[in-house]
Amino acid sequence: MSLVTATVKRDLLLAARNPGEWLNPLMFFLMVAALFPLAVDPDPKFLSKIAGGVIWVAALLSTLLSLDALYKADVEDGSLEQWLASGESLYAMSLGKALVHWCISGLPLTIMAPVLGLMLSLPQDAYAALLLSLLVGTPVLSLLGAVGAALTAGVRSGGLLLSLLILPLYIPVLIFAASAVYHAGIGMDYNGQIGFLGALLALAACLTPFASAAALKLNLSR
Amino acid sequence: MWQWLKQLYHRLGSPKWFYEITEKWIPWLAVLSALGCVAGLVLGLAYAPADYLQGNSFRIIYIHVPAAILAQSAFMMMAVAGAVYLIWKMKMAAWVAKVVAPIGASFCLIALFTGAIWGKPTWGTWWVWDARLTSMLLLLFLYFGVIALQQAMDSEESGYKAGAILALVGLVNIPIIKYSVEWWNTLHQPATLKLTEKPSMHPDMLIPLLIMIVTTYLFFALLVILRTRNEILWHERKRQWVKEILEN
Amino acid sequence: MSFAPDQIKIDLEARQLCCERDDRILFDQLDLRVENGDLLQLAGPNGAGKTTLLRLLAGLNRDYDGELLWHGQPLYDDFSSYAAQRLYQGHLAAVKKALTPIENLRWLVSQWSVDDARLWQALDEVELAGYEETPCQQLSAGQQRRVALARLCIAPAALWILDEPFTALDKSGVAWLEKRIQKHVEAGGAVIITSHHALENIASLKQLDLGQLAMNRGQA
Repeated sequence: MSLVTATVKRDLLLAARNPGEWLNPLMFFLMVAALFPLAVDPDPKFLSKIAGGVIWVAALLSTLLSLDALYKADVEDGSLEQWLASGESLYAMSLGKALVHWCISGLPLTIMAPVLGLMLSLPQDAYAALLLSLLVGTPVLSLLGAVGAALTAGVRSGGLLLSLLILPLYIPVLIFAASAVYHAGIGMDYNGQIGFLGALLALAACLTPFASAAALKLNLSR
Repeated sequence: MWQWLKQLYHRLGSPKWFYEITEKWIPWLAVLSALGCVAGLVLGLAYAPADYLQGNSFRIIYIHVPAAILAQSAFMMMAVAGAVYLIWKMKMAAWVAKVVAPIGASFCLIALFTGAIWGKPTWGTWWVWDARLTSMLLLLFLYFGVIALQQAMDSEESGYKAGAILALVGLVNIPIIKYSVEWWNTLHQPATLKLTEKPSMHPDMLIPLLIMIVTTYLFFALLVILRTRNEILWHERKRQWVKEILEN
Repeated sequence: MSFAPDQIKIDLEARQLCCERDDRILFDQLDLRVENGDLLQLAGPNGAGKTTLLRLLAGLNRDYDGELLWHGQPLYDDFSSYAAQRLYQGHLAAVKKALTPIENLRWLVSQWSVDDARLWQALDEVELAGYEETPCQQLSAGQQRRVALARLCIAPAALWILDEPFTALDKSGVAWLEKRIQKHVEAGGAVIITSHHALENIASLKQLDLGQLAMNRGQA
């Protein structure tokens, strides 16, 4: 078993032992979405118009919440040092870590999202688009976010800094995903948006591990 | 040509050489940018004709447009300097990247601020989610991220490196962000009055604008050089040549 | 034991190694060579650069001047083959508190393919029998350290690079580790270690005092 697969397995096992790690962001996701009807307007007509956007904003924020811990523990307890010592490719390792993050963040969000859709009176036709956009879009969030997590892993109170770095980079995903859901809701074609998200995913999967790998090395050059 | 480039690279890498050569450039840059500023503003504010739609309010482009162009160029420069530092470990590049960040962010702020002022008479409101203004705002966020990251790291060196990595990621993202914002904008506001991008600008309007753009580049170069010289003095303070300069 | 360290040729060499941190020279013109059967102890006061040198030798940090050679080739030419033949243990144990010793050990040796049965034996050897499936947060600091050190029994690495490995160990742990190091060296392996612990009873001990080097440099 290579170190990469071993790490993916170990991290998933860790997430299973500490369910808070992925359950808390999921609760947060639910709560943020519940704020909008309370703060703005519970009228179903109005809600159905903003539902896609609100769900996506909430998904984005809750992704940020779980990102902070992605590399922090590994830097602190020496796991990162052991990766680097192993000579294993950091590129593969970064991809593996992003995959782990998606499994504990993007995947539960995607599964949970239809419930939020019900609460926010998402139009019937938009559910497929919501699921599809989350399925393709959240991996991009994990990949880009992993770069930020790697950059801030050695910084005290890096969580806020991480949000500052990563949020602007999330804008294209947010724009196209929310628009896909909205367009599906008004009965329009949304293939273009999903296609663009797919292109972003391919680009992010190829390029972000380089940045993550370079950032991870920073935490070790003492 | 290649030899010459190599030589230039090695010289640029030497803080002492940079410090000495720029000593001679500073007065030239200062005089040229002052002259350009006066010429551009006089031509732009007094001689250029008023816009047929926007009247005199369009004249703010003589600050707004150069600032916006500079803010984008500065980000590119910061990312490239960061890459040079990451790849060849040239310390000068790290210092340049560090000093460019706040300058670029300032130009970005100027562009946003003048854009808002311009928006008031044009749209009747200070802020409209116009594609260009929105991209500019996101660029400002990217600058904030880089600056915050540079300062948050424990050691100066990892601050430079982390900032450089983020700037490179941002550089790849800027076109994607711009494209998506423009796409989003056409979707939501199909018929807004575009701030710039006239099909053809009258030469009397265009020439002052070009002068102002060149002047802003000169001024930017001046700022970068002055601030880089400070960085050099600080980091090389223990070297003999710096001690000699400081004693005189 | 199936793994014999003397079957792997150990030849790690540093030539004119120089390292600067925050405008301070930690060491310069440092030459050293480690071969089969060597035990090299790095000594010196705090801040002399012991850990830094150890990390350079382990290949964790590339910020140095001079040459580092493995089998006569630059260390980073074929880093993965070097990485497979040396074991690095830093200050940090890389042990996850939510996992059990056996799960942790499985991850720690995952770069080498090691039989699961051997993991249990190794934990037995470091006196963790009966704790194999207790989450590490219930173990003491010394016991967590032993989980990481259990690798020394099973990893097929000929060169060990250990940073203060005696920290947090009790008397029997220290005795065990001393014996383990001695056995490894006698079997033809090599160990580079930083420790204030005396290792005099191992015959092949060599010492490198970084503090002394710095003083000589100051006089010169």
